[in-house]
Amino acid sequence: MHEVKYIRPKSLADAVQTYRTTPGCRPLAGGTDLMAMLHARTVRPQPLAVLDLWSLAELKGVRRVRDTVEIGAAESYTGIIGSKDVQQHLAALAAAARTIGAAQIQNRGTLGGNLANASPAGDTLPVLLAYDAVVVTDRRAIPIDKFFVGYRKTALQADELITAVRFPIGRQVAFRKVGTRAAQAISKVVMAVSRDPARIAIGSVAEVPLRARRAEAALDRGDVEGAIAAVADDIRPIDDVRSTAAYRRSVTQNILRELL
Amino acid sequence: MCAAPLTVGRSVPRREGADKVTGRARYTDDITVPGAWYGRTIRSTIARGAIRSITQDTAFDWARVVVVTADDIPGDNVVQLIRDDQPVLAPKGGEIRHREEPILLLAAADRDTLEEATSHIRIEYDTAEPVFALDQATDVFSTVEITKGEVVEGLKDLEGVEVVERTFRVGLQEQLYIEPQGAIAIPEAGGTIRIIGSLQCPYYVHRALKRALKLTDQQAVVVQAETGGGFGGKEEYPSIVAVHAALLARKAGRPIRLIYDRHEDLAATTKRHPGVIRHRTGVKKDGTLVFQDIEIVLDGGAYCTLTPVVLSRAAIHAAGPYSCPNVRIRARAVATNTPPNGAFRGFGAPQSLFAAELMVEHIAERLGVSSVDLRRKWMLHLGDTTATGQKLTESVGSEMVMDAALKAAPTVRPSDRPTVRRGRGLSLVFHGSGFTGSGEKKLQGTIGFEALADGTFRILTASTEIGQGTKTIFCQLAADALGVGLDMVALAPQDTSLVPDSGPTVASRTAMIVGRLVQEAATEIKEKLKREKAPLRLEKSYIQPDAIHWDETTYRGDAYPVYAWACTIADVDVDMTTGEVRVTDLVTAVDCGKALHPVMAEGQIEGGCLQAVGWATIEEIKMKDGGYQNDRLATYLIPTALDAPRIRTILVENPYSRGPFGAKGIGELPMDGPAPAIIAAIHDATGVWLDEIPATPEKVLAACASR
Amino acid sequence: MRFTLNGRTVSLDVVGTRRLLDVLREDLGATGTKEGCGEGECGACSVLIDGEVVDSCLVAVGQVEGRDVVTVEGLALQDGKLSRLQQAFIEHGAAQCGICTPGMLLAAHVLLEQSRRLTADDVREGLAGNLCRCTGYTKIIDAVLSCTK
Repeated sequence: MHEVKYIRPKSLADAVQTYRTTPGCRPLAGGTDLMAMLHARTVRPQPLAVLDLWSLAELKGVRRVRDTVEIGAAESYTGIIGSKDVQQHLAALAAAARTIGAAQIQNRGTLGGNLANASPAGDTLPVLLAYDAVVVTDRRAIPIDKFFVGYRKTALQADELITAVRFPIGRQVAFRKVGTRAAQAISKVVMAVSRDPARIAIGSVAEVPLRARRAEAALDRGDVEGAIAAVADDIRPIDDVRSTAAYRRSVTQNILRELL
Repeated sequence: MCAAPLTVGRSVPRREGADKVTGRARYTDDITVPGAWYGRTIRSTIARGAIRSITQDTAFDWARVVVVTADDIPGDNVVQLIRDDQPVLAPKGGEIRHREEPILLLAAADRDTLEEATSHIRIEYDTAEPVFALDQATDVFSTVEITKGEVVEGLKDLEGVEVVERTFRVGLQEQLYIEPQGAIAIPEAGGTIRIIGSLQCPYYVHRALKRALKLTDQQAVVVQAETGGGFGGKEEYPSIVAVHAALLARKAGRPIRLIYDRHEDLAATTKRHPGVIRHRTGVKKDGTLVFQDIEIVLDGGAYCTLTPVVLSRAAIHAAGPYSCPNVRIRARAVATNTPPNGAFRGFGAPQSLFAAELMVEHIAERLGVSSVDLRRKWMLHLGDTTATGQKLTESVGSEMVMDAALKAAPTVRPSDRPTVRRGRGLSLVFHGSGFTGSGEKKLQGTIGFEALADGTFRILTASTEIGQGTKTIFCQLAADALGVGLDMVALAPQDTSLVPDSGPTVASRTAMIVGRLVQEAATEIKEKLKREKAPLRLEKSYIQPDAIHWDETTYRGDAYPVYAWACTIADVDVDMTTGEVRVTDLVTAVDCGKALHPVMAEGQIEGGCLQAVGWATIEEIKMKDGGYQNDRLATYLIPTALDAPRIRTILVENPYSRGPFGAKGIGELPMDGPAPAIIAAIHDATGVWLDEIPATPEKVLAACASR
Repeated sequence: MRFTLNGRTVSLDVVGTRRLLDVLREDLGATGTKEGCGEGECGACSVLIDGEVVDSCLVAVGQVEGRDVVTVEGLALQDGKLSRLQQAFIEHGAAQCGICTPGMLLAAHVLLEQSRRLTADDVREGLAGNLCRCTGYTKIIDAVLSCTK
C-alpha cells in the first residue's frame, strides 16, 4: 500500500494533536470504508498515514448524559445495538444499525465513520437527522442538520475529529431501509420519520442525506396526504447502478405513507 | 454385471472434506512458489477500434518489470477453443472488439511496482462505432434450425386454433465463484511450463498452452489446484489466464502468479449469454398443442468462445419438455462489442426454458385452464418424440417429478401483512445429460485405472472436483465395483502429465459418462486380478452406444443419451410498496436416475436453484459504453443466507440403463426451473406478467403501477 | 508488534497499515483465511478478533496489537480432532467447493458461542455476511442447527 504509515495515538488528546500536525493523515476507525478504499487505491487525496482511533477508550461507549444519550464515535454498531440506553431511547438507531452489512460489518462499523464519509446512502444518517442528533468534535458541537454540506462533504474543518454523537431522548422515530437484498446492501431508499417534532429524513435520494422540508411542513400541519405528495418535490433522486430516479420517487412516497 | 452397491446411495463423508473444514485445502493463491513474481493484465478501455500506440513512459525504470506483448507469443496468437477468432493479446495496430480486451502483460516482484508500472503505460486508440444492441448486431457466430413435422407456414387448418405470441428477455449473469480466477505458471527444464490453476478442464488449458506457446504434449503440464467454484466460469476462461501467466513466466524466466482480484474478474471474464426468445404457439380450444414456432437470439459478446454450443443447447431445449407435432426453432447467436460471454451452468437451456415455461402459463391463461393440467396434457412420456425427433425410450420422469413436487409443496398460508401479496408458481423442465449428439463420441473421454502392488487402487482422471463431489462419487463407484472399502481407493492428481483426458468437467457428464467408465474399469480390473497380479493398469474410453443416432447437419435425432427432469414450485412474497420479491420457499423434485450420494445430489440441486433465484431476481448487470457497471461485489449482488428461500429437494429415482447404477447427470438441471416458476408466482401474487429477468423491484413496481 | 494467533503469541515487524488478511496469508503461512473480494462483501476472509467475527480484509494489522485472533486453523480441538461444528459440516454436506467454509465456520462458531437456542432464521441472520455460491445455504444451516442440540 505504498507504505502508508500507521499511527496509533495513546489517547484522544494525542490523536487530536497528531491529526492537527501530521500532513496527509486519515483517521481510521473500524475500517469498513477506508480499508477497502486503500486496497483499491481510490482514497483521494492519497494519504501518507492513517490515524488509528479504533482502540481509544474515550471514543467508545454509550452513556446517558443528563437528558441525552451519547455514543462514542468509534463505538461499533454491535455495541450500539446491544446497548440498553439505545434500545430504550433510540430504537430507530438500533433498527438502522441492524440493516448495515451483516455481523462482520456491524462489529466494526461506527457512527464516526458513517458521518465522516457522509455518503448519501449512509444507513444511520437519516436516523441522526430525525433525532436532531448533535455531532460532537474535539472543538465544538455541530447540529446534524448543519453537518452535510455537499456530496460527501461535511462541515468538519480539515483537522477536526468527531468524538461522539449526542441524541436527545423522548423522541419516537420510525425507520425503513430498502436495499437490493436482505443483508449486505447499499440502500436504494432509507428513511427515518418522527411525527412530533415533524422530521422526515431520507437517504439515497439526493447528494446528501436529506431533510424533506416541504413534507415536514405538511406533516407539521397534520396533513399526511400533503406530506406524501410534497416529498416527491423535496427529493432529487438519480438513476444509478442500483436503481432509478422514478423508482426512488415512488418508493419514497410509499414508504412515507407506511411509516406515518 | 456390476456388483451391488455398498457405498453408492449412501452419503459418505466428502473425500476432501476434512481438508476443507480445517483450512488445509490448498487453492491456487494458497500455494507458495519461491521466486515468483506477480502478473497483471493491461486491458482495453474502449469497446471498439484499434490500438494506435502503446507508450512505456521513460520516467519509469522498465528494467524492474517484465513486459509481454503480442510480439512475444511464440505460437499462434489465438485462444484455442472452437473458432480461432480470439487473440491471446491484441497486437499493436490490432483490432479491439471489447472493453477489457487484453493488450499487454506485466510482471514485477511486488504489487506496488506493478501498480507504478501500470500508471506509466499509455495506450492510444482509434475508436470505431461499437455495436451494443442485439437488434443492431449483424455478425452472426452461428445458427441452428430445428424442424419437426410441418413447418408452420404450411399448416392449413388454422381454424379453431388459438395463436399466442410472446417475447421474453433474459439478462447477463456472472458465475460468481467465491474464489476468483487465477493461475501460477512455472518454467521448468526442457522448455516445460507447469500451470497450477483454478480450473475445470485441465486439457482445455493444455491445448491452449500448446497452441500459443508452441509446446509439445509433454512440455505443457497443467495441474488443477483445489478450486473454489466453477459453474462453467472456469470451463474455458482459465485458458486465457494460464496462457498469459505462461507467457510472462517464459519471458521472465521465473514463476508468475496471475491471480485476478474480484473487480477484474467481474469486469473482464465471461458471463451467461443474454438474449431474446420469441414464441408463437398454436393450440386448440381443448388445449391440444398444434405448433410451436420459436426464435432465439443470443448475444455472444465480442468473440466466439463456446457460443455455438450454447446456442445448440438453447435450441434443443427451446420447445420445453413437451410433445408437439409441429415445431420450428430458429436460433442465432450474434456478436456485440461487449466482453465475450461463455459457459455458465445450464449453457443456453435456462434461457430457452425460461421462455418455454412461461408460454405454458400464458396459453393456460388464454384458454382459461390450469397450467398444471396443460403440462400434464403436453408433457413428454416414454415413447414420445422430442422436437429433434428423438424417441424417449427410457427414464422419463416428467409425471413423477410433477406429482412429487405437488405433493410436497407446503400449504399456502395467506399473507399476514396488507402490503405484501403472496403467490405460487410452478415449472417443469428437462435437461440433457452429457454432451450433445456426437459430442461424447468425438471426445472419447478416457480414464486410467490402476491396481497397485500394496493392494490399493488408483483412479486416473482429468475430471475435476469443483465442489460437486467428483472425487467422492468416483471412489464410491470404484470401491463398490471392486467390493473393497472406500479407503482402498484413491485418485491421482488432476495433472495432465499423469492422467489421460476424460473430457471436460461440464455438460452434466461427470457422474453419468465418466463415472460409468470408472465403474467399468474397476469391474474389469477386478476380473483381471483373478488371473494376474498387481500392479496392473488399464485405460477405458467412452464408446458411443449404437442406439444413439444424431445428424449434425439436419439437427435431428438423439440429441442426448438421456434427460433428467425437474418440477419446481416457488412461493414468493411481493411487497407492493417497494416491488421487492422475496422467494420464501422452493420445492423441487428431481429425477436423477439414481442418487449416487443423496446429500451431494441435494447439494447440487439446492445450490443450482439458488443461483437461478439470483438470476431471476437480484443479479443484474447494467452496461455502460460496452462495460459492466456492476463490477464490484458491492454492486453485483448474489443472495445471502438471509435472502435464500427454504429449499426442499425430493430425489426421484428413475434409472437410466447406461448410467452407473442408473445415475443421470444433474449438475445443470437445477438452473432451469426456478426462474419461470418465480415469474409465474409473481403473477399469481400481483396479477402482473413480467417478460424479462431479472425481475427487479423497479420492474415489478412499474408493472404493478401501470396495471 | 505482538498478538496471539490461535492461542500462540506472534511477534512481527510489519507496516501497520497492511491488511490483517495479507499478514496472515503471506507472513504467517495461515492460508486458511481466503480473499474473495477485498471489499468486505463476501466474508471469505472472516476471522475472530477477541471473539468477534470481522472481515480481515478490512482490518489493518496494527489494529490487532495485543488482541486474540482466531482463524479456521484454530477451530480444531487440542488433539487435532475436528470440532463438533467441523464434523457437522462434513456430515451434512455443508462444504462443497470449500472456499467459503473457513469464514462460514468462524461466523457459525460465534453464533453457537452466543446461544444454543438458535432458530433457522437466527442462523441465516448470523451468516448473512458469508456468501456461498455452491450450497444454497440449506445444508450449512442444517449443520449449524445440528450443533445446537
